[in-house]
Amino acid sequence: MTIYLEDLVIGEKVIFGSHRFTKEEILIFARDFDPQPFHVDEAAAERSIFGKLSASGWHTAAMWMRAMVDYRQRQAEADHRAGKVVPPSGPSPGINKLRWLKPVYVGDTITYTSTVTDKLDDPKRPDWGIAVTHDEGVNQKGEAVYSAIGRVYVKRREPLKTKPRGG
Amino acid sequence: MPTRKKNPLFTYEDFPVGKVLDLGVKHVTEKEVLAFAWTYDPQPFHLDRLEGERSILGGLAASGWHTCAMLMRMIFDAFIKDTAGMGSPGLESLRWKRPVLVGDTLSGHGKVMEARLSESRPGMGITRIVYELHNQRGEPVITWDCTHFFKTRAAVEAEAREAAEA
Repeated sequence: MTIYLEDLVIGEKVIFGSHRFTKEEILIFARDFDPQPFHVDEAAAERSIFGKLSASGWHTAAMWMRAMVDYRQRQAEADHRAGKVVPPSGPSPGINKLRWLKPVYVGDTITYTSTVTDKLDDPKRPDWGIAVTHDEGVNQKGEAVYSAIGRVYVKRREPLKTKPRGG
Repeated sequence: MPTRKKNPLFTYEDFPVGKVLDLGVKHVTEKEVLAFAWTYDPQPFHLDRLEGERSILGGLAASGWHTCAMLMRMIFDAFIKDTAGMGSPGLESLRWKRPVLVGDTLSGHGKVMEARLSESRPGMGITRIVYELHNQRGEPVITWDCTHFFKTRAAVEAEAREAAEA
């Protein structure tokens, strides 16, 4: 989101991009961070609740981030070429209701999106606001595999004017 | 009295409410921070020391998703590797409380908050564990409120009998 808080439209869904999960990638991530048998061993995966080798949920989530960063980079380059100011991106304080709705299997292509659902003020940081987003990953069959309620700081074009108290 | 644990796996019953799980220690290296960031979160403050120092993060900082991945690995090494786990449906909340910087040493614990048997899937328990990692100064860096699916002891023993008969 290389735009300012004021530019974000509530309800607008942004498609960041798609990623096809290969067996090699799934194994590399899982061996480093999540070597549960159903993420690193095909025979064990077949005997498991998942039925087949599947990606670590944190791999699915991390690829949402990668899709978002790549999208933002493309936007920033376009803005830069158009002579527009590219505001810095802000941090995220956290996520609510992160859900792994279905396994991501070898060869699945996941399309990652984000929809702004709310914009919040932070009186302690008048130059920034918080975008609340519904983040999603959907597979090639149209099934949601990943869902989360994200929060991220987004720069304001105009600083927040603090309202006088009382009255 | 014969030992109960012929099979070394922990099951749902081994995680009662109130149980505290020590997650060990993880040292955060520059090599690992850069490798993760290049693949999953290539933002300047995760890739370059100067950019990190100039940013709100105050130094070369691990991607928040890398911190999640490190916590997952600590949980795996602490007990999941010896547990009849069936994965996780998700987290109610995740908070990145402070940046994790190169050179930090992370440690922490999990605490079982809730445990119940699944009504829809016999042989499975649903266990909610709250995790917290802190840095070498004792400052919290990440918290998870995470749900796990674990097999019950009876399910593991039934599978062992079936395997023995097959």
